[in-house]
Amino acid sequence: MFKKDSSDFLKGYRIDFWSFITLISLIFFGMFLIYPVSRLVINAFQTKDAVGVFSFGNFVKFFSRAYYRSAMLNSIKVTFVATILTIVIGVTLAYITTNFKIKGVKAINIMIIISMFSPPFIGAYSWILMLGRAGVITTFFKNVFGVTLPTIYGFNGILLVFTLKLFPFIYMYTKGALKKVDKALGEAAESLGDHGLRKVLKVSLPLVTPTVLAGAAIVFLRAFADYGTPRLIGEGYTVMPVLVYNEWLSETGSNAYFASAIAFIMIFLAIVVFILQMHFSRKNYNMSMLNPPEPKKLNGAGNLFAHIFVYFITILSVLPTVYITIISFKNFTGGSIMVEGFSFNNYVLAWAKAKDSILNTFKFGIIAIVIIVLLGTMFAYVTVRKKNFFSRFLDACIQLPYVIPGTIFGLMLLISYNTGFLVLSGSAALIIISYVIRRMPYTVRSSAAILKQINPNIEEASLSLGYSSMPTFFKVTMPAMIPGIVSGAILSWITLIQELSSTLMLYTSKTSTMSIAIFQEVNRSAYGTASALSTILTITMVTSLLLFFKLTGNADVDM
Amino acid sequence: MAVAIHVNNVKKQYEDNVVIRNLSVDIKSGELFTLLGPSGCGKTTLLRMIAGFNSIEAGTIAFDDKIINDVPVYKRNFGMVFQSYAIFPNMTVYRNVEYGLKNKKLSKVEIKKRVNEILDIVQLAEYKDRYPNKLSGGQQQRVALARAVVVQPEVLLMDEPLSNLDAKLRVEMRTVISRIQKELGITTVYVTHDQEEALAISDRIAVMNKGDIYHCDTPERIYSRPYNTFVANFIGSSSMIDGTVTAVGNTTKIKMATGLEIEMNNMVPLEVGHKVIVGVRPEEFIVAPEGRGKKSIVKLKQFLGKNIKYDVVFEDGTEIEVCSDTNSAERIYESGEKIYISVNTKHINVFDKESKITLIKGVHSNV
Repeated sequence: MFKKDSSDFLKGYRIDFWSFITLISLIFFGMFLIYPVSRLVINAFQTKDAVGVFSFGNFVKFFSRAYYRSAMLNSIKVTFVATILTIVIGVTLAYITTNFKIKGVKAINIMIIISMFSPPFIGAYSWILMLGRAGVITTFFKNVFGVTLPTIYGFNGILLVFTLKLFPFIYMYTKGALKKVDKALGEAAESLGDHGLRKVLKVSLPLVTPTVLAGAAIVFLRAFADYGTPRLIGEGYTVMPVLVYNEWLSETGSNAYFASAIAFIMIFLAIVVFILQMHFSRKNYNMSMLNPPEPKKLNGAGNLFAHIFVYFITILSVLPTVYITIISFKNFTGGSIMVEGFSFNNYVLAWAKAKDSILNTFKFGIIAIVIIVLLGTMFAYVTVRKKNFFSRFLDACIQLPYVIPGTIFGLMLLISYNTGFLVLSGSAALIIISYVIRRMPYTVRSSAAILKQINPNIEEASLSLGYSSMPTFFKVTMPAMIPGIVSGAILSWITLIQELSSTLMLYTSKTSTMSIAIFQEVNRSAYGTASALSTILTITMVTSLLLFFKLTGNADVDM
Repeated sequence: MAVAIHVNNVKKQYEDNVVIRNLSVDIKSGELFTLLGPSGCGKTTLLRMIAGFNSIEAGTIAFDDKIINDVPVYKRNFGMVFQSYAIFPNMTVYRNVEYGLKNKKLSKVEIKKRVNEILDIVQLAEYKDRYPNKLSGGQQQRVALARAVVVQPEVLLMDEPLSNLDAKLRVEMRTVISRIQKELGITTVYVTHDQEEALAISDRIAVMNKGDIYHCDTPERIYSRPYNTFVANFIGSSSMIDGTVTAVGNTTKIKMATGLEIEMNNMVPLEVGHKVIVGVRPEEFIVAPEGRGKKSIVKLKQFLGKNIKYDVVFEDGTEIEVCSDTNSAERIYESGEKIYISVNTKHINVFDKESKITLIKGVHSNV
């Protein structure tokens, strides 16, 4: 986009502010990502009984016992089926809303995004309250119709929650891509005799396939990594993240080596999926867009079906959040049995019980987001403007957390900083570090995207006027990057305040957070307080999201 | 305040790609010096080496006696105007212009005085509180210029500053630039690919191609006596016609491939049979009365008002471009008509066929 010349000085082999920032970034990721990953890998290849000896013992154990093997197959099965379902629902929904007029499509969009950003474990817990053994819907069907609904626990429940929670990713991605398919392409296909479904399958879908696959990889990785959902709703259906957690915090004695080996297998599988996706998505069609697609009005049955489908999916996806919010105002006795009447009792009780957790969430969240913004924008600068070996390495470090499930990330930090030269386990610092590394990619990506739009000439102008690289960055570059930084930071913030899986590994009674408190209350069947806490979390999330919409000026989120 | 710039044997390469092999040029204090050439000739690269945005692989660049190779950009004390203007989008016009001054140890009163002064000069005083996105291209260009000169730099560097403007604004802005440059007397290096612009504003021009300077001189001399065929083609358009020396002595006679014969009195000594290229500009061809000159056919006539342009083809197939002044033309020829062409030898240039270098006496490349 800019002249090749333009970035020459920015290549920077000269020692300056950016060399210093690059050094900081290498130390930071070296300590809290590369070192922990290496520790995990080293751990995976030694057994508890023979520490310090290279061995495949853990892997032999894993693959020789049906229990472990089945957990792996369970993980793959539920993740795979969920990914397929999310593709079907997400793509259909995206196709309908881009090409046909649906009433209230803006509100639908916002609701879907909100459901995308609500914590998955809240969804799981809400579905238990509705469809579980004593759930309202289950009881209703039993009492009124005498029908016993299929069980929500296990495979079905996990699949339901995953699908409803994750289809929005496919929806958002596909919608973004479909919007770039020139309307004339469809018309050209029609003029050549393809119409209806044939046209969709032969023209529109192939064009968006790379994007759909990219979305599918994200869905797969998220579903594969999720600990909260299968833990709450899975019951006997054990999946790998739960296995890692159990092996680490086993009642029969913690086995960090075996847990590391399972984690190693998970990361390996995640990387395979990631590479496959890269391979299949590499064909990215460069479409020159002249005529954006215009939603057409459908008639008759088609119109009815389109509306029913869109509304049904949307309602299903926001139902858990809405239901939790409603019951948070219901009266409970003994914490778990719903009785007549509405009040703020749950909130009062939640505050009394989990005040520290609520405050911790904001405290850790704010500290983490400040670090994320500071480091994230500067790291984005290094990866975009300085093309050298170190910046490529830094870029890889920023992306790596995508394939590391939270539980495993927590485990890595724990085995690295439990003992030794730096003991951080049990500290808030370690939780904040895990937030920073796991949620920084949103900020970096969006900062990098906007930086690519900024002509490096303005930085050169500042240099020519006597400012060195540091004041140039803070006076000129960073202010110009603000919109990108803010929208990225809001996404980082929304996802870090609801972080569960790595916090669960790292917290102590003093460093508990809201999501931990919700998780514990649900486990304790204290549904009243759990729903109140969930509602507080949801409101924080929705408020932040609305702020995001306001600042970016549209209701689309680029993940 | 103004300094001379000495570029000595500099080299620039990107990995294995050598952009400038070995280039030297001296730019005099206070002059407006233009680097002119087609895209990719290395002119912007050289400018950015002077600025410090590009590294220098070999050789030196000095401001007066001070070698600046290792002086970081922000300590070089130059102002730069970019093709993209590079106005800070988050600052008003006033803040943009003030930016460089705030970095110098000046009183607030002094800063304010200087900013207002320069805004008056570039006629932007009434826009000083506007943000760049509310300015036209020409106005942004003035902000860029004001911002660059307000700090009273030793050197002003301009990288195709007018190429994003429309034709009318371009002419207007080059007058502004020329005026301000003369007023402030700043040594200025100006990069452009537009020969008309270069001729109009420069004290001296260096015509560049493939990383080398081919010819460095005043606009007048470069135009009238180009050092080689590349320069002749780049500055104005010439018809290049092969020819052979047929007689030597006090004058040199040349027979051109078209059959035209010319007699020159300003050429270096040559031998009979020497192969040459004759460069003739459209206005140096004369539409001659019937029988005088060489017979040819008008392929295409374009009436341009002040001039008439003919595409003409000779019997041997050589095509040339002829420009005839409407006022002095006896008649206008139509496409397909016979026309007789001769050459006004006073201004034409003759080049060596092999080396492409001029054979006119007393012309130097000054490189």
